[in-house]
Amino acid sequence: MSATKTLEISSSCYHCGEDLPASPYTADQKNFCCLGCKGVYQVLQGHHMGDYYAYNTVPGKRQSGTAQRLDYLDEELIAAGLLDYQDEQMAIVTFYVPAIHCSSCIWLLENLYKFHSSIRLSRTDFLKKQVCITYKKAELSLRQLAELLVRIGYEPLISLQDVVKKQQNPSSQDKTLLTKIAVAGFCFGNSMLLSFPEYFGLSGLEKQFSDFFGWLNLAFALPVVFYSGRDYFSSAWHNLKNGVLNLDFPLALGIAVMFGRSAAEILSHTGAGFVDTLCGLVFFLLIGRWMQQHTYHHLSFERDYRSYFPVAVTCINAEGEKAIPLEGLKKGDRILIRNNEIIPADAILLKGRATLDFSFVTGESRPVEKVLGEVVYAGGRQLEGAIELEVVKPVSQSYLTRLWNNESFKHSKNHIKTFSAMASKYFSLMLLLLAFCTALFWIFKGDVSRAMASFTAVLIIACPCALALSSPFTLAAVLSIFDRNKFYLKSTAVIEELARIDTFIFDKTGTISHPESAGLVFSGTLSTEQAQLINDLARNSGHPLSRELVRWAGLPAKHLVSHYQEKVGRGIRGTLNGQQVQLGSASFLGLDPLSFPQGSQVHVLIDGLHLGYFLSSQRWRPGFKELALKLGQSAGLHLLSGDQDHDLKELLPFFPSLQHLHFKQSPQDKLDYVSVLQKKGAKVLMFGDGLNDAGALKQSDLGVAVTDNINNFSPGCDAILDGSSFSKIPQFIRQAKDAVKVIHMSFGISLLYNMLGLFFAVQGLLSPLIAAILMPLSTVTIILFTSISARLYARKNQLL
Amino acid sequence: MNMIFILIGISILLALIFLAAFFWAFKTGQHEDTYTPSVRILFEEELSTAEEKKSDQDQF
Repeated sequence: MSATKTLEISSSCYHCGEDLPASPYTADQKNFCCLGCKGVYQVLQGHHMGDYYAYNTVPGKRQSGTAQRLDYLDEELIAAGLLDYQDEQMAIVTFYVPAIHCSSCIWLLENLYKFHSSIRLSRTDFLKKQVCITYKKAELSLRQLAELLVRIGYEPLISLQDVVKKQQNPSSQDKTLLTKIAVAGFCFGNSMLLSFPEYFGLSGLEKQFSDFFGWLNLAFALPVVFYSGRDYFSSAWHNLKNGVLNLDFPLALGIAVMFGRSAAEILSHTGAGFVDTLCGLVFFLLIGRWMQQHTYHHLSFERDYRSYFPVAVTCINAEGEKAIPLEGLKKGDRILIRNNEIIPADAILLKGRATLDFSFVTGESRPVEKVLGEVVYAGGRQLEGAIELEVVKPVSQSYLTRLWNNESFKHSKNHIKTFSAMASKYFSLMLLLLAFCTALFWIFKGDVSRAMASFTAVLIIACPCALALSSPFTLAAVLSIFDRNKFYLKSTAVIEELARIDTFIFDKTGTISHPESAGLVFSGTLSTEQAQLINDLARNSGHPLSRELVRWAGLPAKHLVSHYQEKVGRGIRGTLNGQQVQLGSASFLGLDPLSFPQGSQVHVLIDGLHLGYFLSSQRWRPGFKELALKLGQSAGLHLLSGDQDHDLKELLPFFPSLQHLHFKQSPQDKLDYVSVLQKKGAKVLMFGDGLNDAGALKQSDLGVAVTDNINNFSPGCDAILDGSSFSKIPQFIRQAKDAVKVIHMSFGISLLYNMLGLFFAVQGLLSPLIAAILMPLSTVTIILFTSISARLYARKNQLL
Repeated sequence: MNMIFILIGISILLALIFLAAFFWAFKTGQHEDTYTPSVRILFEEELSTAEEKKSDQDQF
């Protein structure tokens, strides 16, 4: 037992559990994979925090090593923007720490006070991956606090969007809704109890209670109507003013009439009223509304360039270097960009060698070299050494950021028309018509009191509670099914939009091509020395496959090549370390091409001995081919890539024609392409991943960001799809269509209930008991029907 | 039978107290983070010293 344990410890890092390198770092007889892990361990031991390793075996995360510079946190203005609260002595800050993943993390972050006496309190929110820290401002600066977190391996992620996010409190609306539900639920329960005696019939002796119960019921109705149900009145009124007839109108009318009639009956001692039905109605409606507002706290769908850009940039002026907030950057400022930092604004290169990675902006992964005096666009990441630049455009007007300030986004997306919104218009009209006809009929018959009774009864019983609940409950069920399959939607309305999509646009790099699987698989056996030879030979060629070979080997250059020869597109040969090495296609090496499987292969021949071949496999995300073929049957497929057209030939079979494949597209081109398609009447779904797709994602009817780590940056969109579920897209779409079907069916069911109620109502025979049975019964039917059938369909679509 | 008036009054008062308790819990953020407290309660004051104590006891 103890032997296995020792083995476990010695073969992996004590801190993070990763495999150890050949010569591991050691401290206190424990092995570490890197200096970062060892450093964290030593800091923790230094503060007697060894318990960190007691709660979980390998609680740490591997340390990336390149820590962000945090000196900008010393700037008063930036710090003030990040703090939740501050007074003369204390300050409270909430950091988002992506590394939080286990109970040891919680323990460590809640014991921060042991590291520094001026930290008063730290509270972790595990699900949101946030830690809220209260500390003494005078003794510990925000920067020191952040640096402490970095030292113990919990680097906070600070981005510009956080600064902005603080100002608008997103959850306050959610909070009032829950309070309203609580009030309505409370009143519903109590009024139901008080109404039972009336339904079961009171004997003459107990009649004295009916008034008392009536008054109490009326008291319970007041908060429900005037507090919980208030939104329905204001929404109905607002919509009426704008000439829109939506479902809120009959709901508000129903609530008002129910309250009015109940009050009249109770005050005039003529009946018991419909208070319990009224409270139940509002309660269920609010629950439906709450279901619809479901949000993911760990995901953000509104991200833009600000969460990608740094919070501050180092500015060089006469006094020296100074960190300034990004908004403060002016034209003419001289900025210093260090290794691995992002250029925040369009600028001219003044000093240093710029090697920029624009993969996030353009999708092209090859680094771009810039020479002095050239204009560098914002969004590039500097790869080696520090450079100095002069800003030519402020951040908000740079080439990249301009996309967000595009005119077409000023007026928000003409929002998704839902089925219930369309149906409710006709429903409301029919309802009013029916109510008036009934009233007129009884007036004509000369029975005015019955006319009044039947008029109000129609409005009460037809109050479309079940109707209003059918879409929220169906969509919420589908949302949770999608969620389990790692497809996260911004709102329930997106599902109905998904069902309407007829055109798909794909971005290439990062979306359909897998960032990591563009790798090679070797069949055969190779020694390390042979891999070294292949590596050194391939370094001489610029062919993409050669570059992939170098990446596959991952070794530094060792041997020099002599007698180097390259036949473009066929292969390379050379002599290294006295051995003749040949790499290339089977025919180039004189092998029989028919004896190997199809596909692009690189064969290895060392000293005339065939050692095997590399197969370039899975360049595309798993399942992309099947996906393209399946989607292509019923919808238009397009490709928009910022890249060069190397992959045109490989991709052509999946797309209907050459006109649907577009390469070298700028972000603006992509946006324009989407709007051209939309003008032709297409409902466009765009798959993208980078900042370069952000404009198109926003313009399209449905923008889906594909990402391999949902906590990473993804541009503003309607939905986030985890890369591993990419092949399930056709199932998602079928499920969305089925969801719409379920909504239609549940509309039918609730209409049946309404008709049953109307049968009594038009005759003026509606008793409170019938209403009290019908309303909850129809509601429960709808809730059960929608959630069960949505799950049945999901099983059919293999999503459950 | 007049007792019923008092009993109902008391029951409603009780219900109101529960409603108030819910509001209090809601306001103090007890519904915001439903996971972390379940872990937090399991932390010992000092784990390593506690374990030593336990092993000391085992020896006797």
